[in-house]
Order: sequence, then C-alpha cells, then structure tokens
Amino acid sequence: MWKFIVRRIIIMFPQLVLLSMIVFILAQLMPGDVTSSLAMDPNVSPEQQEQIREDLGLNEPWHTQYLNWVGSVVQGDFGHSFTHSVPVSDLIWHRMVNSIWLGVAALIFVYMLALPLGLISGRWNDTIADRLITGYTYIGFAAPLFIFALVMLFIFGFQLGWFPTGGSVDPGLTGWDFFTSKVYHLLLPALSLALIGTVTTVQYLRSEVIETKQKEFISTARAKGVPEPKVYTNHIFRNSLLPIAAVFGYEVTTLIGGSIFVEQIFSYPGMGQLFLESIQVRDFPVVTAIVMLFGVAAILGALLSDIIMSIVDPRIRIK
Amino acid sequence: MEQSQQAETMADPQDMDAGKSPPGWRILLTEVLRDKVALFSLLLVVSIMMIVYLVPLFLSQEEIVRVDLFAIHEPPSSEFWLGTDYGGRDVFGQLIIGTRNSLTVGIGVTAVSGMIGIILGVVAGYFGNTVDNIIMRIVDFFFVLPTLLIVIVFIVIVPQYTVWSFIFIMSMFLWMGIARIIRSKALRERELDYIKASRTLGSSHLKIIFTQLMPNLSSIIIVTMTLNLAANIGIESGLSFLGFGFPEETPSLGTLISYATNPTTLEERWWIWVPASILILVLMLSINNVGQALRRAADAKQRRG
Repeated sequence: MWKFIVRRIIIMFPQLVLLSMIVFILAQLMPGDVTSSLAMDPNVSPEQQEQIREDLGLNEPWHTQYLNWVGSVVQGDFGHSFTHSVPVSDLIWHRMVNSIWLGVAALIFVYMLALPLGLISGRWNDTIADRLITGYTYIGFAAPLFIFALVMLFIFGFQLGWFPTGGSVDPGLTGWDFFTSKVYHLLLPALSLALIGTVTTVQYLRSEVIETKQKEFISTARAKGVPEPKVYTNHIFRNSLLPIAAVFGYEVTTLIGGSIFVEQIFSYPGMGQLFLESIQVRDFPVVTAIVMLFGVAAILGALLSDIIMSIVDPRIRIK
Repeated sequence: MEQSQQAETMADPQDMDAGKSPPGWRILLTEVLRDKVALFSLLLVVSIMMIVYLVPLFLSQEEIVRVDLFAIHEPPSSEFWLGTDYGGRDVFGQLIIGTRNSLTVGIGVTAVSGMIGIILGVVAGYFGNTVDNIIMRIVDFFFVLPTLLIVIVFIVIVPQYTVWSFIFIMSMFLWMGIARIIRSKALRERELDYIKASRTLGSSHLKIIFTQLMPNLSSIIIVTMTLNLAANIGIESGLSFLGFGFPEETPSLGTLISYATNPTTLEERWWIWVPASILILVLMLSINNVGQALRRAADAKQRRG
C-alpha cells in the first residue's frame, strides 16, 4: 500500500517539473517584464533600467532564470502584479480560498448526484427511471456548461430570484451569518458545475453496475440467499466504485476548466475570474501564477484519484 | 439481459463467416439510416450546414457587422428577424455567419487534432513496448494540463492572430483523447494473426499500417471524430464566449451568447442570446446523436438488432 503511494508520488515529480517548464516558457513568451513599465517613466534612465534588470537577474542565462523562478515559486513568491503593485501571492490568496470553496462544494454535489442516479439507473435498467436518467446524462453530455450556467442564472437568479446573482458573500457579516451567506452564494454556481460535471460519472457507474450484476459472484451471492438490497450495497456497490475513482482525476480537471466559465457568469470572485481579468489587462505575472496553481491542482487530483483507486482495488497495487 | 442475448447471436461466428462481410463504412451507414433519431439528426445537421454555408454567399459580412447607432437593441421585426445587438447589428445575419464560423473551426480542429491523435495512437499501439510507453506518458501529462487556461494564454500572446492560429492552438491541446482510443484499439489489433502473418511474409511496417491496420481502425476513427466534432464546436463557442475565440469583428455563436453576461441583456433581450444558445445545443445534440448511432453500429455488442 505505502509502497504504491510512494511510487506514485515519485512519478508526480517529473510531471511537476514538466509543468513548471511549460509555464516558464509561456511566461517567457509573454511580452514585457517588470522593466517595461519603467521604460515609460522619464525619471528612470536607461542605465538605471539596465541596473534593475541586472539586480532582478533578468540578464542571466535562461536556465539560471528558470531555477531562480522555480526557487521563488516553491517559496510561494510569484513576483509582483503589473497592475495592482502588490505581490501576486497576496492577490491570489483570497481568490484561491473562494475557488476552493466552490470546487469542494461542486465535488460534493457531483457525488451526491452521481451515486444515487448511477445506482438507480444501473439497478433498474430499462425502466422509466433509467430512461429519464439516461436522457439527462445524454443532454448533459452534449450541453456546453456556459449555456447551462447562463440558463440557471436566468431562471433561478433573475426570474425566480431564489439565489444571489453575483459575489461570494454579503458584506459586513461575521461568524455563522458569514458562513451561511457564503454557502448561499455558492449553491447556484456549484450546482451548475455539478449538474453538467456529474454526467460522466453517472454513465460510468450505470454501465459498471449493469456489467457487475451479470457476474458469477453475484449469482453465487444470490444463491447463498443474500437479500437483494444487500447484494447491491455490499457486493455490487463496492465493485462499482472503481470507475468512480478512475474518473475522479478527470472530474477535478473538468471542474477546474468549468470554474472559469461559472465564476465569470456568476461574477464569483475566484481564481478563474482573476485569470480572465488579469489576461485582459495583460497582467502576466498573475496569469503565470494561476496557470501554475491550476496545473498543480490537476496533478494532485490525478494523484488522489490513483491513491483512491489503489485502496478500492488492491489489484492495481500489484501491477 | 435480452439485449446481451441479441448481441451474442449477432456476434455468432457462423453468421460472420456466411458470405463476405460488407465494408465497415456501409455497416455504419445502414445502421444510422435505420436509427430514426440518428437519421433525423443527420438530416438536421446537413440542412443547417447547407443553410449556413450557402446563405452567406448572398449576405455580405461587412453589411452585417456594420454598426448602426439608430438601430441599437431593436426587438425582432420584419426588418431585423431576430432584432439587433448593442451596435445595431442584425442578430439573424450574425447567427448565420456565426454558425458557419463555429462549424468551420469545429471541423478544422477535429481534422488537425484528429491527425495528430491518429498518428500518435497508431504508432503507439502498433509498435507497443517502449514507443507506446513514451507516447502514453506524454498523453497522460497533457491530460492533466490546465488546457483551457494554456489555450487562452497562447491565443493572447500569439502575434498576428488568425482563424488558422486559433485552429492550430486548440488542436495542440485536444488530440489526447483520440490518441488514447486509437492506441488501445491498435494494441489489440496488433496481436491478431493477420498482422503477424503479414509481418512474417515480409511486409514493411508502413505497408501493414496503411493497408491492413488502418482499414480495421476506420470505423472507430469515424465514430471518435464525429463525437469530437460536437465537443469541439462546444469548446470553440465557449472560448468565443469568454472573448478569446475569433478575431474581433468576426461574428460567432459564442460572442452572441457572451452579450448575456450583461444582466439587462440576459433578462430583457432574449433575441440576442437565446437563438444562438438553442442553435449550439441543437447542433451538439444532433452531431452527438449521429456519433452515438455510429458507435452502436461500430460496436457489434451494442448493436440494436
């Protein structure tokens, strides 16, 4: 068990290195650096500019620059924002907390929806309930998230007025009120993400349950006289958890991509929205930091998915 | 249960041996024509394509994107069938040209990313072992990249941004799915006797790949490409929606929907964003329907009698 986890974590390092290289190359391709704003300033002479470049290590060869950059990123230092004149990490911190709230809420909804829907449509396949669920996954698979989120905002935010149409929390609240307001603001964006994000897991779970229930060990269990509900909860359910664990990493990457649309549509102040704001004003240090953080989040998601898999399915550990 | 029994009779080897089996694409075609929903979807997609590619020949794009300050936010009327947007531009005309642009990019991305995916998938699956290992590690890595963000960054920093660079950038990050599917199928094919026999007779790798392996992969390629087309149209309109799609002043479905991020437009000017949304949904659902029907046809196990 531990051997597998350690081995899997070791595989993660080359991935992180590759990711950091890609992000570094992207950052190098982005036009302008800290000194380009100084070039406009008449009080800064070209010599002083050159001095600043030298001090910041911008004249070093690329590999030294890369190592310097990695060194500071590991310490949480992403440089200074061009437009906000504050360290990027200060700017991101607050947004990151909001995004994590949204991501966790969406993940909870994904599985709250996927488990019952997948199990119902798998257990009673080709019934009306299954047809309805399959129809839903069919449409959810084809519908783009941004259109769905807009329609949700239109219906529940504006027409019915059940949910707030923007922001992450009402101002001036503390304690319990702060928490409930936060959850209230989260519900609609997280549900929109989850309703579309869950369909892959529902489909996998359904086909897995249908396949498992025809296996011989299930007939054996029935022959032994295991009551029908128990056949499902104890025998089929555990085996069907596998595909869920397998698509967990995919689910995380989808949610990360989706959060950009959802945060934009619901004016939710998270990292996705900060990314769009920053790239529109060409604030590249912030952009670089967010790409890096999202990449790390996705890699960690994949790692978590593999670890969960190895717990659920011991066969994987041996391979 | 009944379905699986049917599937078994379908896959009965005696049945298969009786006479020469028809070519793969014909099986796919008959299957789609037999499936009423898929047939309807196919006809719908074909007619939408004909409309959006033929009508613009009689419409001028300059005319449609010209700003008319006297006709801002007009509701639908006989002059403007679907009203006008914030610049007084005809929404109906933008819808037609936008659909054409979205389709063109969707087809372009599907073709380019498909090419990359097929080549890498076939090479990985056919040669196996080390080659397979290397290619699949690259695929795994690309899968965990935050592709949407990287695509947006590329779109912003590329100098002289055109539709072609748009297609190319998107394709660079969308080939992994098809590579993975083709690879696993090719990996299974390569263990079969016909490939080994051909190798023993001295055929070159290239000859085997092109004349023997590829024809056997053709149906899965068609299926994956069709499903990818639907997905790519969605991704293109999503990027345009965020403002990182087509170069400015080029109408696109996503751009029309992006006007709805303005609450007044969302609430009161349905004619700007609802038709475009419905059109994207209809296109994606129909193409998906065709793709799923093709998949059922390609996979004898799932064939509906």
